Amino acid sequence: MKLAEIAEKLDLTVFSGENNLDKEVTGGYASDLLSDVMGHAKEGQIWVTLQTHKNTMGVASLKDLSAVVLVKGFAPEADTLKLSEIEGIPVLGSDKEAFELCGELYKLLG
Amino acid sequence: MTPVAIVKNALDKGLEIIGITDHNSTRQAPIIKKIAARYGLHVLCGAEITTKEEVHVLAFVDGLDKLEALQGFLDQNLVKVPNDPVFFGYQLVVDEDENVLCQEDDLLIGAISVGIDQVAKFVHSLGGVFIPAHIDKKANSLISQLGFVPSDIEADAFELSCICDVGSFFKSNPHLSGRNFISSSDAHFPGDIGKCCTNFDICDFSFASFVEALRHSAVDDFVKN
Repeated sequence: MKLAEIAEKLDLTVFSGENNLDKEVTGGYASDLLSDVMGHAKEGQIWVTLQTHKNTMGVASLKDLSAVVLVKGFAPEADTLKLSEIEGIPVLGSDKEAFELCGELYKLLG
Repeated sequence: MTPVAIVKNALDKGLEIIGITDHNSTRQAPIIKKIAARYGLHVLCGAEITTKEEVHVLAFVDGLDKLEALQGFLDQNLVKVPNDPVFFGYQLVVDEDENVLCQEDDLLIGAISVGIDQVAKFVHSLGGVFIPAHIDKKANSLISQLGFVPSDIEADAFELSCICDVGSFFKSNPHLSGRNFISSSDAHFPGDIGKCCTNFDICDFSFASFVEALRHSAVDDFVKN
């Protein structure tokens, strides 16, 4: 499913990467430990997290993830947005908590 | 952050002891110690270990054999993810003349697969000191990762960052006021070396004296430059 369709169906805020939503999302990964994502996330997955700092962009780029979705209404830090543009990793957001958002994502992608 | 740049900046800032704590690696430390010794600068060798919980902790040990044991522990337990040098930079160990001695291919900013308590136990088994790093910070600190400082954690001291507002930290954490604290620069660039440090009441520069001085370290001894 395309990232744009997920963003629309789940009413996600698009913080960055508006022109980069044509990506194909292969699945999802939920974790707030960057080392865990580094070790286990797969290419094309959408990453659900509450981590707003710029290091998420490095990890997302390293693992070729399709996007990062911040939960609970969190917004990315300024540095994160800068790197998002450079790395081409869209940052999206939801007011939902991780459990609920993952449930919705799973319904779409699982 | 070449060995020579580190030593020069430390000397320029009037530091007498520095600690070398690369992320999850001890390999560069003894080289810096050797160079520093020529100028009367004392170096504590160790690493800034990222535990399984993604808490950063400082570990210092005494002697090359203990340092090798610590390196072996890190080699064995680092979760292996290939580095991307384009994004994260090259992870090099260099000699005094900046010749590359070796390159670490696995990401050193990742975590090891061992939890905080086990890391503390291991460091203490080597006669070393275990200091949770920058516990005031919002990322990779005991408080950011666990939400609190466990009462039974076997820390020889805790580190506060240069940007910590010590007054409001202890207002929010009154139960920690009796513990030992150090502050240090956590310099990742030469210019940041010595931007804050800790005065120790110490009779000589032996490791044993450092360990003893840690037992008395407190926020009154912090220096901001």
